[in-house]
Amino acid sequence: MKKIFIQSLKMFFLMTLLTGIIYPLFITVFGQLLFSYQANGSMILKDEKLIGSKLIGQNFADSIYFHPRPSVITYNPMPSGASNLALSNATLHEQVNDRKKIFKEENYLVDTVLIPSEIIFSSGSGVDPHISKEAAILQIPRIIKSRLLNSEESKKVFSLITSQTESRQFGILGGEVVNVLELNIKLDELIK
Amino acid sequence: MNFLFDTIQFVLFLVVLTSGSVFFGGLFYKALIGERNLLSPILLKPEKFIYKIFRIDEKYEMDWKEYLKGILSFSFLSFLFVLAIQLLQQYLPLNPQNISNVEFFLAFNTAVSFMTNTNWQAYSGESTLSYFVQMIGLTVQNFVSAAIGLSVLLALIRGITIRQGKTIGNLWVDLTRSVLYVLMPLSIILAILLISQGVVQTFDSYTTVQTIEGSNQIIPLGPAASQIAIKQLGTNGGGFFGVNSAFPYENPTPFSNFLQVLSILLIPGALVFTYGKMLSNKKHAWLIFGVMMFAFCSGIIVSYWSEVSNSSTFHSSELMEGKEMRFGVFNSVLWSVATTVASNGSVNAMHSSMSSISGMVELINMQLGEIIFGGIGSGLYGMILFILLTVFISGLMVGRTPEYFGKKIEAYEIKWAIIGILIPSVVILFFTAIGVTTNVGLSSILNKGPHGLSEILYAFTSGANNNGSAFAGLNANTNFYNILIGFAMLLGRFGVIIPVLAIAGNLVKKNITPETSGTLSTNNFLFGFLLLSVIIIVGALTFFPALSIGPIIEHLLIKSGYTF
Repeated sequence: MKKIFIQSLKMFFLMTLLTGIIYPLFITVFGQLLFSYQANGSMILKDEKLIGSKLIGQNFADSIYFHPRPSVITYNPMPSGASNLALSNATLHEQVNDRKKIFKEENYLVDTVLIPSEIIFSSGSGVDPHISKEAAILQIPRIIKSRLLNSEESKKVFSLITSQTESRQFGILGGEVVNVLELNIKLDELIK
Repeated sequence: MNFLFDTIQFVLFLVVLTSGSVFFGGLFYKALIGERNLLSPILLKPEKFIYKIFRIDEKYEMDWKEYLKGILSFSFLSFLFVLAIQLLQQYLPLNPQNISNVEFFLAFNTAVSFMTNTNWQAYSGESTLSYFVQMIGLTVQNFVSAAIGLSVLLALIRGITIRQGKTIGNLWVDLTRSVLYVLMPLSIILAILLISQGVVQTFDSYTTVQTIEGSNQIIPLGPAASQIAIKQLGTNGGGFFGVNSAFPYENPTPFSNFLQVLSILLIPGALVFTYGKMLSNKKHAWLIFGVMMFAFCSGIIVSYWSEVSNSSTFHSSELMEGKEMRFGVFNSVLWSVATTVASNGSVNAMHSSMSSISGMVELINMQLGEIIFGGIGSGLYGMILFILLTVFISGLMVGRTPEYFGKKIEAYEIKWAIIGILIPSVVILFFTAIGVTTNVGLSSILNKGPHGLSEILYAFTSGANNNGSAFAGLNANTNFYNILIGFAMLLGRFGVIIPVLAIAGNLVKKNITPETSGTLSTNNFLFGFLLLSVIIIVGALTFFPALSIGPIIEHLLIKSGYTF
C-alpha cells in the first residue's frame, strides 16, 4: 500500500506539472501570439480608452440608444447569472407581460405587433451582446424621435441596422443577430 | 426558415460526430495499447521519458485490487490537494482579484466534484476562485478524472478479452497514455480554435471599462480557453465563469458552440469504436453506437418539440428565457441533450428555464446512469454493465448459460453489475427524499410547485451520476447541499468503479469458450432492441414516479394555465 501511495504521489506531481502548468502556459503563449485581440477579451478602444468588449453586452437605458435584452444582473458580470425561473413560475409570466407592455410603449408600437422573443425573455449569461434584426428595427421610431432625426438620417439608421446584421456563421450555424454595443457605437458616429 | 437551418445543423452535427468517432476510435486504439500511431513521432519520447524518471515498469501488470488501490489513493490525493489550495487561496499566487479563502464545506464539495469528474459547481468561478486554483487545481482534475475513467474502461476491456489471466493492466501506464495521446492533443487544438473565436486566455486581472452610458462595468478575464477545452473534451463540464458556456467569453460564437458540443460527445463516441477494435468486432461497436445514437436523437426530437410547442404559452415565437441569441433554441436544445447524455454537465442555456418536458429529457438522460455516450470511459463501462445484464436476462429466457464474447456471465458478475447500476439510483431517490422533507432542503428552492421538486431531484441526479449540470435556481451553496451532494458524487463515482473493477478481475480469470450455433449473438438488431429495453425498464422505470410528480405534472399544469 505504501508503494502504491508513493507511486500515486509521483504521478500526481507529474500530472499537475504537465496539465496544470505546462499546458495552460503553452496555450497562453500561443493564444497571445496568434490571437492577441481575442485572447485579451476582444476589447473595443475609442480615443485610446477602453469602452467595452465586443462580446460582453452593456446596459443601455437612454432612449437615444438601441436597447439590449433584459438581464437579471443589469449587465454587471460579477458574477454572471440568469433568472432560472421556470415556465410555471408566475413571476416569469408577469415579467413577460410587463416587458411586452414597456417595449411597446417605449417604441410607440401598436398593440398588435409581435415582440421578438429575446426582448421579453432575459438571457442566460446576463450579458448577451445580441438582439435580432427585427428587435433593432422596432426601436427605430424611438431613436428617430429622441434624436430628432430627419427622414434622410432615419434612412441611414435603417441601413445601419442592415449593415450591422451578422449573418449565420459559415452560412449555416447560429442565427442572424445584431451586436447592440457595436450598433450603438456606429449610431453615435453616424449622427453626431 | 429556422426549422430548415435547425435540421441542417442537426444533420451536420450527426455526420461530424459519427465520422469523428470512427476516426478517433482507431487512433485511440493504437495509442492505448501502445502500438505505433499517428502521434508516436511526437509523443513516444516524452512517454518513455516519464516511465524512466518515475520508474514505471511498462511491462508490469496489476490485479484488480492493486489497480483499484491505485485509483483510490490517486483520487484521495487529488481531493486533498484541491481542498487545501482552496482553503489557502488567499496566501497563494495568481490571485489578482484578491479573492478570499473558500469556506470549508464549499471547498469540500468542489474538491469532490472535480475529483469525481462531476464538476458540480456550487460557486461562481469569477467571484470565488483564483486563477491558481482554477489552473493548478481544477484544470488538472479535468484531465486526470477523465483519464481515470478511461483507465477503468481499459481494465474492464482487458477482463473481457484476455483468456485466463490474472492481471488487468498497469494503471500508471493507462493514465499516462490517456492524458498524453487522448486528452492532451485534442485539448491543445480545441483551446487554440476557441481562442480564435474569442475565448479569453490571459493572466491579467479583471478589466474595468467605462460603458457608453457612463457606468463602470467589471469584465472578468482569466486563462479560460485552456480549461474550457478540457472541460468539454473530458466530459467534465465545470465552467470557468459562473454561467458556464452561456457566458460569451466561454463560448463566443456559433462555431465555438459547435466545436464545444461536438467535443462533449467525441471521445465517448470514439471509445465505442476503440472497444470494437479491442474485441476485433466492429459490428458490436456499431450496435452500441447505434443504441446510443437512437437514445440521443430521440431526446433531441422530444426536447425540441417541447420547446417549440410551449412558446405559445407566452404568445411568443420562441422560448428564449435563459438562452443566448447567438445560439438560438435549437443549439440550446442540442447542447442540453448532449451534456446530459454524456456526463458533461456544462450548459449554454439555463436548464431550469427550459420547458418542463425538456427538463424531463435531461433528467432521464442522467438517470439512465450516464451510459448514452456518458463520461470518458465511465459511459462505456456503465453501458457494459447493462450489456452484461441484458446478456444474462436473455440467456435465462432461452435457457442457455449467458456468455459475452466467450466469457461466462455468472452470479458474481451479475451481483456486482446490479450493485453498480443500483447505487446511483438509490442515492438519488433517498437523498431527494431527504431534501424534499426537510426545511433545510426546501429552503433552497427558487421555483415553487412541482418545479421545486424537480430542482432537488435534478441536483441529486446530477451529483450521483457525476454529471454536474443543474437547475440552477436551487441555492446549492448551503452546508446541507454541499455535504449531501458531495457524498452523492462520491457514491456515484466509486459505487460504480469498484463493481466494474471487481467484474474485470473476475472475468479475466475465465476461459473463452468458442462460439457455437447456440450462442446468443450480441451483434444483431434483436440484441440491440433487448439492450434498449433493459436500459429503459431498469433505468427509467425506477424514476417514473418521481418524474410524474415533477416535470410531467408541471407540463400538464402549464398547459392548463396554472402558475405558481
